[in-house]
Amino acid sequence: MAYPSDYKYTKEHEWIKADGGNATIGITDYAQQSLGDIVFVDLPKVGAEITVGKTLGSVESVKAVSDLYAPASGTVTEVNGALATAPEQINKDAHGSWMLKIKLSNSGDLNALLSAADYEKFVAEESGH
Amino acid sequence: MPAAEATTPLIRKTALNALHRQMGAKMVDFNGWDMPVEYPCSGGIIAEHNAVRTGVGIFDVSHMGDIRLEGPQALDAVQHISMNDASRLAIGQAQYSAVLYPQGTFVDDVIVHRMGEQDYLLVINAGTREKDFNWVWQNTKQFDCKVTNLSDDFTQIAIQGPKSAKLLQKLTDLDLSAVKFYWFTHGTVCGLKNILTSRTGYTAEDGFEIYIPSDESTSARVWEEVLEAGKEFGAVACGLGSRNTLRLEGKLPLYGHEISDSINVWEAGLDRFCKMEKTGFIGRPALEQAKAAGLKRTLVGLEMVERGIARDGYKVLNESGREIGYVTSGSYAPFLKKNIAMAYVPMEFSAIGSSVKVEIRGQGVKAQVVPTPFYKRPKSS
Repeated sequence: MAYPSDYKYTKEHEWIKADGGNATIGITDYAQQSLGDIVFVDLPKVGAEITVGKTLGSVESVKAVSDLYAPASGTVTEVNGALATAPEQINKDAHGSWMLKIKLSNSGDLNALLSAADYEKFVAEESGH
Repeated sequence: MPAAEATTPLIRKTALNALHRQMGAKMVDFNGWDMPVEYPCSGGIIAEHNAVRTGVGIFDVSHMGDIRLEGPQALDAVQHISMNDASRLAIGQAQYSAVLYPQGTFVDDVIVHRMGEQDYLLVINAGTREKDFNWVWQNTKQFDCKVTNLSDDFTQIAIQGPKSAKLLQKLTDLDLSAVKFYWFTHGTVCGLKNILTSRTGYTAEDGFEIYIPSDESTSARVWEEVLEAGKEFGAVACGLGSRNTLRLEGKLPLYGHEISDSINVWEAGLDRFCKMEKTGFIGRPALEQAKAAGLKRTLVGLEMVERGIARDGYKVLNESGREIGYVTSGSYAPFLKKNIAMAYVPMEFSAIGSSVKVEIRGQGVKAQVVPTPFYKRPKSS
């Protein structure tokens, strides 16, 4: 699976794509594979403040509950409501199934994140390949 | 650190371990056993679960243990250490039962098979193998009966689902239509003679369990032949993930969750497998007292009303948010497509339709007590 080079990645397996002062957030293909069949997504509401490195919600597969961590600080401007009834979309297309859109409070947050190449290296080590 | 390494317990493997890894299964440590939780090549937990509900699925359950009791007083020994009435068993018949502590709580739940006139086989849980064997051995010393641990002698393969009989019939000379649910027989399976073949399982579905020699090459050959024979029925390899969701939909208890050393038979709702008219079994006096004292809590089925999935260990709250009990098992139910759970609650919250909440990440999420089992297989087949 190719990791889009215009995304940035966290070691907790979220991706973020910045577009000016706004950004879109989801989880990586590696994350969806590790979780297995995703059956539930718990996301903040529009207007909520999220803080870099802190929990913003959770994603659950049949077997596991996994926290989501904010890759950057900001205010939630949009939530992907389709995931409430069709969370399996994330399994089908993790990099295309966005969860949140935020207005970044500090675009510098993204500088601390991994590039696609570094993330790929990171998951290769984590999965022992 | 070397000291820590020295105390790390060995992880145990079934004879099919290498094959599971070769198939690309996701492996987990289950009570000290390195077991497949799901097979991406089967489509994952939901696909595996639904294959068992609508077709057939194949499980490696070799981690289960087996204790044999044989001798002139084998029946007396079994009667003494288990709560169901084994004297009702014909040769070739099995029953669900449990081994109890004197307090009326659970050492383990077991399936008792009557193998011969004076010969019984107890099939026990993986995580409680040593504890169970020691308990049975210690508490049957007074009987003229030999107790043997056969846990490592078998590779146990479960073939489960409405098409399980059609699949297995291709591989055996036995007439499977003559084997009723909770009966077993011996016959040639995959060219192996005298294979214990029982119509049992842990999926709330029709199904069989076969017990074959535990050497790696025989085990691998049989596993592959079963999968191959199942192709025309859409058979898939299934892991412990779907085994758990299947048994949850059927409200089948799991040791360490619905039953344990601190939960008694009445609380767990297993009354119909506990024969109080049978005298002298371990746990009986305490159960008699517990019955007279009245139940304080009971196991119920919950269905989530609001969005959220109840998980093992989550708190159950009343409508005003006070803690009243806890979830023993909970998951998304892949066939029912609902979020369900089992939980211990006080009697006053146990009526069907009672409203409660489950605490999920600090929030009280509405749930309702519903009839169980959540899933009941259709009568036909």
